[in-house]
Amino acid sequence: MRSDRSTSAPLGLKIAAAGGLLFLHLPILLIFLYAFTTEEKSYQFPPPGYTLQWLAVAWNRPDVWAALGLSVRVAAIATAIALVLGTLCAAAVSQTKFFGRETISLLVILPIALPGIITGIALRSAFSFADIPFSFWTIVLGHATFCVVVVYNNAVARFRRVSGSLIEASMDLGADGFQTFRYVVLPNIGTALLAGGMLAFALSFDEVIVTTFTAGQQQTLPIWMLEELVRPRQRPVTNVVAMLVVLVTLLPILLAYYLTRDGDQVAGGGK
Amino acid sequence: MSAIAETSILAGRSGTFGKVSDFFWRNPKILLFLMLAPPLLWLGIIYLGSLFALLLQSFFSIDEFSGLVNYEFTLATYRQLLIPSNFDIILRTVVMAALVTLASAVIAFPIAYYAARYARGKWKVLFYLGVMLPLWSSYLVKVYAWKLILAKEGILTWVFSKLHLTWLLDGWLALPVVGGNSLSISYTGTFIVFVYVWLPFMILPIQAALERVPGNLVEASADLGAHPAQTFRHVLFPLALPGIIAGSIFTFSLTLGDYIIPQIIGSSRLFIGQAVYAQQGTAGNIPLAAAFTVVPIVIMGFYLWMAKKQGAFDAL
Repeated sequence: MRSDRSTSAPLGLKIAAAGGLLFLHLPILLIFLYAFTTEEKSYQFPPPGYTLQWLAVAWNRPDVWAALGLSVRVAAIATAIALVLGTLCAAAVSQTKFFGRETISLLVILPIALPGIITGIALRSAFSFADIPFSFWTIVLGHATFCVVVVYNNAVARFRRVSGSLIEASMDLGADGFQTFRYVVLPNIGTALLAGGMLAFALSFDEVIVTTFTAGQQQTLPIWMLEELVRPRQRPVTNVVAMLVVLVTLLPILLAYYLTRDGDQVAGGGK
Repeated sequence: MSAIAETSILAGRSGTFGKVSDFFWRNPKILLFLMLAPPLLWLGIIYLGSLFALLLQSFFSIDEFSGLVNYEFTLATYRQLLIPSNFDIILRTVVMAALVTLASAVIAFPIAYYAARYARGKWKVLFYLGVMLPLWSSYLVKVYAWKLILAKEGILTWVFSKLHLTWLLDGWLALPVVGGNSLSISYTGTFIVFVYVWLPFMILPIQAALERVPGNLVEASADLGAHPAQTFRHVLFPLALPGIIAGSIFTFSLTLGDYIIPQIIGSSRLFIGQAVYAQQGTAGNIPLAAAFTVVPIVIMGFYLWMAKKQGAFDAL
């Protein structure tokens, strides 16, 4: 290894890194190809022909719309709950010092650190213990629980950079606590909350493991897809929905990156 | 500002909001309590409460004749975990998790190293998004994509035949344990999909650890006459190890608990997650399902304790 090579990487490393990135991306690109195949019965490659008809077929499927609608509603409400709880928790942890702070961080992270199946079955057995029937709200309950951590991580990172002296200055200039929050704190943490909210939305929109335990008869979009994967009914429609899901989750992630790109903590660093 | 507060040199505020605001300023502990109460109640009651109830159930047993849960303390359910068919499930899952972790580390290291040491400006962003987008894109869609790839009539078979390597694929599928009728119903398929889905979780912490290695350390090692392989073995690898361990927490834990991937792509032999799902669903044996979930919790607890000793949490 000579020292004049420090600007460019060895060829082997370049190939390995590029190969790794291709390995991560090619399978997702393949989804886009299959959404337009004319083949109905199998996963034949290369597709015998290309057509746009499946977009129309998927568009006219009421079960897809119902699942999509439920997913969006669940994700919206779970995100709203997570935003409130996560911000409160982040504010308390970062603005003050008190006994048990570390424990609280651990508690917030736990629902995502333990395998989803544990969260799922724990909630399910608790619901049956307490005789709570499965409904829209049991799904929301589960989703909000693990969405808190995403908002919390983003908010904590931003709170660390908001200087405490700003808040004191606002108070010294005569603003009360609510005014300080509205005019000083909120504008500073706004983008971090927005980014956290979007990631929480994406996380909830995509969640399947916990949802299978808390959903009862209702189908969110991931549950619908899982059902199609286990017992395929109309494969081309599944292909189209898969493409749609990729696009729907892509946008919030790119937006979240855009909103926090100057931050010290990168968006989604703690999924 | 009419009234002068006795305890303060400042005037008290008027109006409800002003009074509330003053009250919190004088009693920060109450404000702290009010801020912490909602999230802690939510997580404490809904999450920890459920978790505790689940663990409690693992100490009950199921009546073999009536199929009802017998609410008496017993370790019989845990003893059931040790019967060969159940123990095989645990062993299979742990071996798979270990192999997946190992393979992810090997594939992730070059990507992380390149991104940390060579990528600059536009390329840095590209690498970052290149890891972030697959990490956050839909889990089920990723699994589905692999079902398309690994299917008998799918792209992988096509690629092998174009390269005139069909014999290689057939030879691999003919092997006893890792083979099967097609890749999508073999352990090999399950393994590939696990590696694919958890790979970003391994790249990010390794990259974070490598970012902190100063470039001149590598140069110093080279100047002192070390071969690149020696530099890797004695300088880079030890410094990246906390990152690798941090990443392995994710890959290991996620593989232990997953039940969807082996169900969709894999042989019909069960993994822990599937066993839990089957026991609580069709079998209705909640105590055994609960006991099964204790296995990953205990393994991960032990794993986290070891990781903490290695300083892996600083790399997260």
